[in-house]
Amino acid sequence: MDSTAIGLWGVPLAILAGAIRVSTPFIFVSLGETITERSGRINLGLEGTLVFGAMTAYAIAVITGSPWLGVAGAMVAGAIFGLVHGFICRWPKVNDIAIGIAMMQFGLGLAFFLGKPYIQPAAPHLPSVPLGFWSDMPQIRAALDINVLFLAGVALAFALRWVLADTRIGLTLRVVGDSTDAARAMGINPDLVRLVATAVGGALAAVGGAYLSLYYPGAWNERISSGQGLMAVALVIFARWNPIGCFLAALLFGGAGALGPALQSVGVTSGYYLFYAAPYALTLIIMIATSSPNRPVPGMPGALSLTK
Amino acid sequence: MDHVDEAVIPASGSWTGPLAEWTARRLEPVVIGLGAILIGLVLFSLFILALGKSPLMLFQLMYTGGFASWFSIQNSFSRAAPLLLTALCVALPARLGLVVIGGEGALALGGVAAAAAALPLTHLLPPFPTLVGMALAAMLAGGVWIGCVGALRHYRGVNETISSLLMSYIAIAVMNQLVEGPLRDPASLNKPSTPPLPADYMIGSLPGMDVHWGFAIGIAACVLTYLLIETTTWGFAARIAGGNTRAAEVQGLPVGRLIVSFTALAGGCAGLAGMIEVAAVQGSANGAIIAGYGYTGILVAFLARHNPLAIIPVAILIGGINASGGLIQRRMGLPDATVLVLQGTLFVVILACETLYGRFKLFNPELWKRNS
Repeated sequence: MDSTAIGLWGVPLAILAGAIRVSTPFIFVSLGETITERSGRINLGLEGTLVFGAMTAYAIAVITGSPWLGVAGAMVAGAIFGLVHGFICRWPKVNDIAIGIAMMQFGLGLAFFLGKPYIQPAAPHLPSVPLGFWSDMPQIRAALDINVLFLAGVALAFALRWVLADTRIGLTLRVVGDSTDAARAMGINPDLVRLVATAVGGALAAVGGAYLSLYYPGAWNERISSGQGLMAVALVIFARWNPIGCFLAALLFGGAGALGPALQSVGVTSGYYLFYAAPYALTLIIMIATSSPNRPVPGMPGALSLTK
Repeated sequence: MDHVDEAVIPASGSWTGPLAEWTARRLEPVVIGLGAILIGLVLFSLFILALGKSPLMLFQLMYTGGFASWFSIQNSFSRAAPLLLTALCVALPARLGLVVIGGEGALALGGVAAAAAALPLTHLLPPFPTLVGMALAAMLAGGVWIGCVGALRHYRGVNETISSLLMSYIAIAVMNQLVEGPLRDPASLNKPSTPPLPADYMIGSLPGMDVHWGFAIGIAACVLTYLLIETTTWGFAARIAGGNTRAAEVQGLPVGRLIVSFTALAGGCAGLAGMIEVAAVQGSANGAIIAGYGYTGILVAFLARHNPLAIIPVAILIGGINASGGLIQRRMGLPDATVLVLQGTLFVVILACETLYGRFKLFNPELWKRNS
């Protein structure tokens, strides 16, 4: 337990460990948002979905004693949120960005309301895989104690890349996202594809929330999310709607989020709150660097209303 | 339509003419808005019924807590004060077609800027000029912050919704850093705060009321911005630019300056809300000013369809609903988030009902002409 045993190596190690821990919700939310945005719709409500998913997963895990049932329940709840968003956005004159903000507030309110009784009881946590068993160093062991959902997220990122690039489902999604008219001409129902894509996006965002409440930080309270759901929207832009990019960007964001605690653990405490703002600042800098006033972001689905 | 009389007075059940058209256009948002609120209330009632509680009792408590007595009305007014200003932070950029949702951050920065300005000013000046100085500092801080959002949108093409929200998180972190660090009053132990304002430097109550001046300032801000948008060339130019940016640019309007100045003004309003929270409620800048007024302001602005005058009744209504939260919690044993659920439900339903605009023939004078 001697923190000086590996000296200054503790900082990068802590950042790596933090990146793996903190990035998991980003991976799931951004992959979900990628699916939704690839279909030409944007869902800003994922922040609410994430928090509601965290609450649902925790409540079900407390009641049933099984964290996996909690994750499954969160997926169902997230899919319902996505369906509601997708259903309303089908109507003419309805702004999907505004509905997203409204669904975010609705999701947060409902999660705080229904989650009130679950702030106290403890739920069983999701298991992790000790990949650091080969080392004697407790820090390395702790850093490589990797949650199954992280591994599932990595697998999902590669699977989604394959689906998007090489399957008929991926092609359908991309056509709908690039041109509603082209999709209709091909006999695809764009509204239906978008509805399904929004539901899948919601389900994945809720898994991100389940990770927060059932593993890290591992308890349900009203401050469980600090904007991960919304930052994921920016992350998807940065990742150019590419699943592998989402995974790497999530790691980067996780590392930025772990910067403050890592520095604090070696005694750097001044500017703690500013380090806490690092992931937001990083997101903003990336958005500024990758945007342009004259052309859409490369790789952006044509039907996306993100930059009107 | 030969006779003036015929144009105004309804003949055989159909009502036409300029007055009728004007009424129909004005009535549409009111009827659809009230209808949407009704649908929202029904959905919320079903939710409360499903929990085995009485929605009627809940609405009654909401009325009691928010509006039944002079005491509760004054309470609602006080809670509406910051909402009037944070709603303007959403409504003004909306005139330019921008969805800015980072008012909470501008409010936090405005609060901390006001507290910082008060540190030297209370030693140099009497109360009134000090408060003016604090207000200016708060408006400057909030204005620069949200003005950056507008500038990033126009000159870099950065989506303003996401950037404003990210900047909101950054602003809150900056505020926490300042309140924990350089501006911290050593006497504040568990709850880090800036040094408290001397009692005679606080914003007092309106004459004859138990409502602080922030409410009057908020109302004045709504009226002034309404006049600005509706009666000045600046506001007219902003509406043109919001309708079609390219067309406005072709016409030689300074779109960039319009966007930056409008968003800066919007941020200034939210910053002022922070100053009022500090100078009228908390007495110092601390974590308590981050109470979600920025987010509730989004709801108020959308409910008011971004019309500054409509913001006034809506903010009072939402302020009243918020004021009744404690009563609902005590009497019905429901969590304090009940109010949030109601607000969220109303928000979603009202935006979903945007789809109804132009659907009803009754409200659409163009359709009358086509058929006659």
